Amino acid sequence: MYPFLEALVAALILIGAFFLLVGALGLARLPDMMRRLHGPTKATTLGIGALLIASMVYFAAVRGSFSIHELLITLFLFLTAPVSAHMLAKAHILRARAERDRLPATGTATGWATLDSGHPKGE
Amino acid sequence: MIAAAIAIAGGAICLAIALTLYRLAVGPDATDRVLALDTLVIETIALIVLGGIAYGTAMYFEAALLFAMVGFVTTVAFCKFLLRGNVIE
Repeated sequence: MYPFLEALVAALILIGAFFLLVGALGLARLPDMMRRLHGPTKATTLGIGALLIASMVYFAAVRGSFSIHELLITLFLFLTAPVSAHMLAKAHILRARAERDRLPATGTATGWATLDSGHPKGE
Repeated sequence: MIAAAIAIAGGAICLAIALTLYRLAVGPDATDRVLALDTLVIETIALIVLGGIAYGTAMYFEAALLFAMVGFVTTVAFCKFLLRGNVIE
């Protein structure tokens, strides 16, 4: 294995671990839910992304075979992270009464989708 | 060089898991706890991928892919339950 590739894999592993740690630190330290929501997204995109690129480079250099599995995981995580973050934000808006009062007006006839769904509350 | 990087990264990810478990235990609302569980899944995937590099086997990627899928479905199910009081209506 070339020293250059070895250094690249080591650097990518360290970058990935650093961003995972930053994401968890943001989750533990930020003051409210909406701000906490954006900490772990760094861990999802940059942290896991760098680690998976590291493993792709490593296995391509060691075995000489290019593997597509890591790209599958990256693609799946990139597709699902916004969906789960959106669902969490909707659940938070529905549950936190203090948050509802701070929402700006939508400017249209219909209100916020989470609160104005046409179903009675607590159904 | 890679072995040292893996050791440091393993320590950092374990620290991240400890911080996430703190939020899971403290989290004032249920949504904080669901977010902490979602982050735990991400960190577990990172540990699995790191283990794959450390042991030099490509077998762990199926496990990581399964974790990614099950984690997403879990988060959506929890949010659905918090939003509607029911998972499948």
